[in-house]
Amino acid sequence: MLAIDNLAFGFPGRSVGRDLSFALADGEILCVLGPNGSGKTTLFRTLLGLLPAQGGSITLDGAALERLPRAAIARRIGYVPQAHAGYFAYSMREMVLMGRTAHLGAFGAPSLRDRALADAALETLGITALAERPFTEISGGERQLTLIARALAQEAQLLIMDEPTASLDFGNQVRVLERLEQLAARGITVLFSTHDPDHAFLCAQRALLLAEGRALALGPPREVIRSDSLERLYGVSVRIVRTDDGAHTCVPSLGRQR
Amino acid sequence: MKARSIAYAGATAVLLALIALAFAVGRYPVSLGELATLAGALLSNAPHDLASNVDTVVLQVRAPRVLAALLVGASLAAAGTAYQGMFRNPLVSPDILGVSTGAALGAVLAIFLSLGALGIQLFAFAGGLAAVALVYGVGSRLRGHDPLLALVLTGVVIGTLLGSAIALLKYLADPYNQLPAITFWLLGSLAAVAPGDLAIAAPFALIGLVPMLLLRWRMNLLALPDDEARALGVNTRRLRAIVVAAATLMTAAAVALSGIIGWVGLLVPHAARLLVGPDFGRLLPLAMLIGAAFLLAVDTLCRTLATIEVPPGVLTALVGTPVFLWLFAVSRRPW
Repeated sequence: MLAIDNLAFGFPGRSVGRDLSFALADGEILCVLGPNGSGKTTLFRTLLGLLPAQGGSITLDGAALERLPRAAIARRIGYVPQAHAGYFAYSMREMVLMGRTAHLGAFGAPSLRDRALADAALETLGITALAERPFTEISGGERQLTLIARALAQEAQLLIMDEPTASLDFGNQVRVLERLEQLAARGITVLFSTHDPDHAFLCAQRALLLAEGRALALGPPREVIRSDSLERLYGVSVRIVRTDDGAHTCVPSLGRQR
Repeated sequence: MKARSIAYAGATAVLLALIALAFAVGRYPVSLGELATLAGALLSNAPHDLASNVDTVVLQVRAPRVLAALLVGASLAAAGTAYQGMFRNPLVSPDILGVSTGAALGAVLAIFLSLGALGIQLFAFAGGLAAVALVYGVGSRLRGHDPLLALVLTGVVIGTLLGSAIALLKYLADPYNQLPAITFWLLGSLAAVAPGDLAIAAPFALIGLVPMLLLRWRMNLLALPDDEARALGVNTRRLRAIVVAAATLMTAAAVALSGIIGWVGLLVPHAARLLVGPDFGRLLPLAMLIGAAFLLAVDTLCRTLATIEVPPGVLTALVGTPVFLWLFAVSRRPW
């Protein structure tokens, strides 16, 4: 699937991160944790080929990423950016349909099959009833769900999601995480970032702790998300609590920031 | 779905009625019956028994002007529709990258050099293309900025530069012969369009239209943030270059034919978007129908309102402003 080796990334003239190596297996969920400004979004943009790598290599299905045309990347990697308001009043259905672009010819328009796939993606996210609403007028959470549906319609093997739970209420956060698990069960690989370490405990096979663009730790969540690593990462005091049924959760201790 | 069909049918019906009206009214009125007889005779290639005046007025005088209004209106509307989507801004008009200012400089230069009507048209067309090529060439080399912002700012700056060159030429021009000609050209007019001018301008406008029709689905993705469009598989840099080239060809052809006529490229895409939504494939045909109808209505008013011709640029604003505000008031749809 996707493998990076000794990757250095950043903007022209400004380095954001380096020395990053990992490979994603089919159906794996990797959760990226890190404070604001630690380089999560920049890393994702580099993995999508939107920013050129500053060093090291990115390999997608055995091919060097920088040699692949945009449509070839888009057929393999779907991107769920942080939700934005949009500029024109495209309906939610039209937004999702745009996910089919990489599968169309340069002069093509969506076929009935493309429309059916878009409708199926809306159905999967449970937003069919809202399909005709304009993207500019819906809530932040509904926008986020629309963008996830669009990535599903893209039929990519790897989904890169930049804080997919950021603007969602508690119920929708859980629903999105459930959806990620179902996708992974279908063999789709998911790379997502979050500000809630509990999300890594809930659904990720591995967690990457990113501090100033470098890997502080990478491994199964229960091994790398510890009280000391979170304290180093975020600068606050946290206890990891094990519940009676074996789940893990983070409990911050207020008033004891370093 | 139904509302969309009504919008297309309504716009087509209005356009056809306006075409009939434009042929009928004027200093030498022609009745609808005479028009029908003439059209029938032309279609069946048979002789007719109408006065030869009717033949001359309809075919030699009014036909080029009507066709020019349709071509210019549809072209400006199409270019405006493409640019508003691409610049993700509903307040963008087709001349944001300096095509009108470049065309104006070309035309003013041709008048200053005392070239004939054909020279003015060719200079205007070349000036429009050259100005946009300059803006695009400079703007796309400004790396490290948002590419759209770089283009728009370069367009504004170079437009100002070209504007001062126009001002200089006006200052130097002969105030009795050349200056009035410059002023009239800058106001825009369809009065002097000859059939030969149309034959030159129409192919360029059509060449510009082809990529817009072919890329009608992809055009939608330019309305997304750049990163998203690219992640969805679009080479945005190349697509933008194609759109700029296509819209510039259409606008330059229109401006060379008619001079600068404002408002159509800004207002008509809005009106069409309010009716059928932002999807480019649905929007473009309707915008072109409305643009053609709007400019034909304005031009027909221009030549019938008073004994002298009213510049269409003045009337597009007079008609356009209230229509636009009304549309904005009755519509609940955001852009």
